[in-house]
Amino acid sequence: MRMRAQVRLLEDGRRLHLHDGPIDLIAEAFGETTEVEAAYRAAAERFVNVLDELCSELTFLRRATRTDGPLPSRTIARRMVAAVMPYCERTFITPMAAVAGAVAEEILGTMTAAGRFSRAYVNDGGDIALHLAPGEHYVVGMVERPDRPSLFGTATLDSAQPVRGIATSGWRGRSFSLGIADAVTVLADRAAMADAAATIIANAVDLPGHPSVVRLPACLLAPDSDLGDRFVTQGVGKLSSAEITAALDAGAAVAHSLLADGLICSAALHLRGNTRVVGREQLSTFGRLENLELGWSSASALH
Amino acid sequence: MPEDDAIRCDACPVLCYIKPGRTGACDRYANDNGQLVRIDPHVVLDRAMSRGDSVVPFLDRDREWDGTIVTSPENFVTAIGAGTTYPDYKPAPFIISSTVQGVDMVTVVTEGIFSYCGVKVKIDTDRHLGPETNLVRSQGEPVGHVTTSEYGSQMLSLGGVRHLTGGSRKEGTVTCETLLNLCDRKPVELTIDDGAKVLVQAGKPPVVDGTQEERMRVGCGSATIGMFAKQWLGKVDEVVVVDDHITGVLSEHQAGKLLGVRETGIKMKGHRSTPGRYFRVAEPGTAWGGTNIADPLSILQNFNPKIAWPKLRLFMVSTTGEHHAYFELDESLRPVEKELPVLLSESVARIKENCEPALCTVLFMGGAGGSLRAGVTENPVRLTHSVRDALTRVTCGGAPVYVWPGGGITFMVDVTRMPEHAFGYVPTPALVAPIEFTLKVKDYAALGGYMEHVRSLDSILDGKGRRRLSANPDNPWPLAPGKSPRPDPRSDQ
Repeated sequence: MRMRAQVRLLEDGRRLHLHDGPIDLIAEAFGETTEVEAAYRAAAERFVNVLDELCSELTFLRRATRTDGPLPSRTIARRMVAAVMPYCERTFITPMAAVAGAVAEEILGTMTAAGRFSRAYVNDGGDIALHLAPGEHYVVGMVERPDRPSLFGTATLDSAQPVRGIATSGWRGRSFSLGIADAVTVLADRAAMADAAATIIANAVDLPGHPSVVRLPACLLAPDSDLGDRFVTQGVGKLSSAEITAALDAGAAVAHSLLADGLICSAALHLRGNTRVVGREQLSTFGRLENLELGWSSASALH
Repeated sequence: MPEDDAIRCDACPVLCYIKPGRTGACDRYANDNGQLVRIDPHVVLDRAMSRGDSVVPFLDRDREWDGTIVTSPENFVTAIGAGTTYPDYKPAPFIISSTVQGVDMVTVVTEGIFSYCGVKVKIDTDRHLGPETNLVRSQGEPVGHVTTSEYGSQMLSLGGVRHLTGGSRKEGTVTCETLLNLCDRKPVELTIDDGAKVLVQAGKPPVVDGTQEERMRVGCGSATIGMFAKQWLGKVDEVVVVDDHITGVLSEHQAGKLLGVRETGIKMKGHRSTPGRYFRVAEPGTAWGGTNIADPLSILQNFNPKIAWPKLRLFMVSTTGEHHAYFELDESLRPVEKELPVLLSESVARIKENCEPALCTVLFMGGAGGSLRAGVTENPVRLTHSVRDALTRVTCGGAPVYVWPGGGITFMVDVTRMPEHAFGYVPTPALVAPIEFTLKVKDYAALGGYMEHVRSLDSILDGKGRRRLSANPDNPWPLAPGKSPRPDPRSDQ
């Protein structure tokens, strides 16, 4: 059906809500009213074609990425492939691992091309693309469990740092995970990079073969999942504190290697109330929530 | 490839295969025992929020006593997002009890899948939109037809089972989309065969062939003469109020006669009905007073030289004041256009002031069919009787409805009184609309209700996936005590 997409301002009159099929975005730009309006209009015009564009290459985007493989033709799909390419030799990954971040990046790019803003963001279900003019900053709140939103930490991002993307992955989220992390939040240069990295690190927070972890083939749950017959986590039972440490160690080791490769700036790994931070000082796991301006119940909250 | 028990969702181009008991990629559509259902968050109306207490704690049990002696529950669970048990003969998704002034009430909420449904659209305009019974199209597909003209408005009837499922697949899909957008208060462009192109949006002025309608006519041309004759007296010698229906002429009209207005020798085209009232002075159109004329003089013949006089002042105006012109007769008794005198421009302003804003109104109309009623009671006809007998109050997303007399539960609701995004669709194609039945517990038991499925209001509010909305302050509170379930649509007339 055409005209599926919903475009509206939220009740606060400031944030733009864009919805189409499985895509749900919240965007906000801070600047002159006329420029904000122009940016929202541009975002909406770009947005209404996004889902059709992705679906036109969906079969390709659900296949494992190869370094020598073909490149897709459309811009969002290209962002997705570029974001997962660094991982495709070490593990199985499809461009779908970066879809949310890539869509957020694309819409943010459309907005910042349409006007000048001190700050702007596009939040695609917790995967966030940021724009910061010099001297500006954001405070980001992290949520442990998307189904029970409560902040477990904050991160302060300022314009001097390279971070322009945030993503969160975990087995309780909307996408399947191969690991057992409740949430892994990643800060990276761009949203699609953060999205792919969060997926990789969350998959690595794991206890392979552990009897308390319920795993089912992805295709049994969703016949057209890009993960095929790989086992995805559907439940996590009792874990000892030693096991929690071991799982976090495994994830942190991967996070450290991504940090060394320049693929991420920071990561916060969360499992059963335990948090491990890898990377720079921006992630204050028990930071005080002062001067919070915004909040929402996605996997990440932005302030 | 998908196994037999997965269904394919065609709500969006992702075209997910969904296994029973699971949702698609969007988390909004799900496979419920082989049926594709929408599972948006469940809407709970919050009465306190509508009073301006913008943020009240959800279910604050420790709230201080506010001085009222009795309270009715502050929350009403709507059927929006409740899902449906269609086509199964089993209890509705939510059957909720609450206490209203000491009386135990129960509200049965369900989302109905309406293949038999449509919208009635009232477009406030005097412009001719198209001949009665002609097809109304959206994206080139027939989605309904032009029905009667009412006073100052044109009615359209859109949707219905014949367009939804009786025509081509494309016709059904476009009809469903058109209805959904109209019910969602979005703008929809409609074209009428041999007629106009109209942009329709509930609660907004219609846009006819690119021109936004501002006001409804104050009355027909004859009525306008009657209303304003006294104000024109002495300021002008002759007034013609141009109207597609009845064009009025002051000097010949009863009102002019009573005021002693002198004969002017004016000669109109068209058919004279009674003195000073003319039918069909021109063809219907979108110009002066809903006619096709651009030059008002084209509806006049030459003045009678035995009666008319040079310098005779002639004022012509449409029934909305939108079009007007002022003339004086020259020595050969031909009208020459002159600037409108200030005294008459006041009269134009007065006509405009008396024209109400032109709006489009959209009423959703559907019939609660057998299986939906079966979700309420084991003996569905008793629900119909209960609604008839005013024991059961029917609401649609918490908004009051008009229930048609006669058999079945066929109702109409003003979509602007419902919460946003209250409607959905299934790819059948058919619309999904919320419907709630509220009645006393003892009456519910008496009509064979599913008493063992009744849950407390608190248990619903505690659940996840609730979307809390403030109630529309213009709507009667659905749980308010009193016996007023019967047709009580807001009167716009």
